[in-house]
Amino acid sequence: MSTLDPSAGLDDTGHDSPYDLLGDDHDDGHRWAFGTGFTDPLEGIDTSVPAGLDADALARYCLALGDDALIYSHRLQQWVTRMPELEEETAIANIALDLLGQARMLLARAGAILGRTEDQLAFFRPEKDFRNVRLAEHGDRDFAELVGRLLIFSTWRLALFERLAGLESAMGAPDPVLAAIAAKGANELAYHRDYAAQWVVRLGDGTDQSHAKMQAALDVLWPLTGELYRPDPGALAGVEPAAVDAVIDEVLAVAGLERPDRAPLGAVSGHTGRDGVHTEAMGYILAELQSVARAYPDAAW
Amino acid sequence: MVTAPVPSGQADSVAYDVAAGTPDPELPMLTVADLGILRAVDVTADGVLVTITPTYSGCPAMREISADVRQRLLRAGFPRVTVATQLAPPWTSDWITLDGRRKLAAAGIAPPSPVPPRSGPVPLTLRLGPPQSPSCPRCGSPRTRQTARFSATACKSLHRCEACGEPFETVKSL
Repeated sequence: MSTLDPSAGLDDTGHDSPYDLLGDDHDDGHRWAFGTGFTDPLEGIDTSVPAGLDADALARYCLALGDDALIYSHRLQQWVTRMPELEEETAIANIALDLLGQARMLLARAGAILGRTEDQLAFFRPEKDFRNVRLAEHGDRDFAELVGRLLIFSTWRLALFERLAGLESAMGAPDPVLAAIAAKGANELAYHRDYAAQWVVRLGDGTDQSHAKMQAALDVLWPLTGELYRPDPGALAGVEPAAVDAVIDEVLAVAGLERPDRAPLGAVSGHTGRDGVHTEAMGYILAELQSVARAYPDAAW
Repeated sequence: MVTAPVPSGQADSVAYDVAAGTPDPELPMLTVADLGILRAVDVTADGVLVTITPTYSGCPAMREISADVRQRLLRAGFPRVTVATQLAPPWTSDWITLDGRRKLAAAGIAPPSPVPPRSGPVPLTLRLGPPQSPSCPRCGSPRTRQTARFSATACKSLHRCEACGEPFETVKSL
């Protein structure tokens, strides 16, 4: 074993810097930090499409769920270094990481069918090909919007993943890979939802100012919830609004907050996020998300 | 490098032991077997097939674990190694072995409590009192409090002992 004591100088492994040791076990010399090399997140998993299942429809649906997580994760990453306390910073970074992991598996699942890599799908698709719901792209203007949006999103996504995983009923997703991704993600989403719910209660049941800000945040977010329950002929699972409402209403009741009475954000010529029609915010998100990969398309890291 | 050929017949258990001894990069006091992420080691005519499962979807250490397992097996004389991912059933902290739990506690990290059995949707946990907090892994006092639900890695939460004043982490029940 080596010592990290700088006064020790050269240790018995012949290294003069502890950083040299990080690559010791490898012949590829890649390990200078975790996550700097990427492998297929579905390495070794059988990604053949079950007989009788429409492969294109499965790919489109996996893209939709993957895009929800990718864009939402990016929005959370934008909060890193801007959170009110270090503890919330690590929480948001971890939640963003979980969602990024879900996005990678779902994009890889779609990519296995479409013949494209997760990076090609994340960095080289135009806005109109992103199928995330518009709730995922909303830019939170304060901490109340951040936790309010996370409560809505994680409650809805958890209910959806429980369906896909077959936890809700005997029937899960018709694709075993999607069902497995959903079963794994559901455990993570339950933590995200509890984190958000506890903050919504703390703010709603806090001071007059925190209550007013939390209520204002819900009022802003509510129009974006309508799209979550819009009939989607391409969906492989659906969530009844009542299943999500029951959880959110329980949180609002404990928090002393009003359920907003706001009309849903309309479709544009009948199209919403799932159809590739997004809010203005989406262009800025993709510019930030994709600019480096597009400027250096052959870069490796 | 010269490696001794592995006698046939012993290959399965040797390969398993070599793979199982790989330390986890994030929790280096544990091996991948202690953590319960090593799912299978199969020795076939095509080489060694190692199956691992991620703790969390976004675990950034999967590639490092895969490379470490491969290198250890190559050094032990297995020329062809394939590392595959398995997602189902999803990893649970209940798979951390008893030995793994002892090693965690010895390193100042409280082991996870058992995952409560459930069927159907995950119930909302809207605790109005302070959240449950494990006993201090240093002094054993039950007077601890959770300071954050998430910590330096996705799999841990942060706590502080009211008795000895030390902050500590616990592996979350998942």
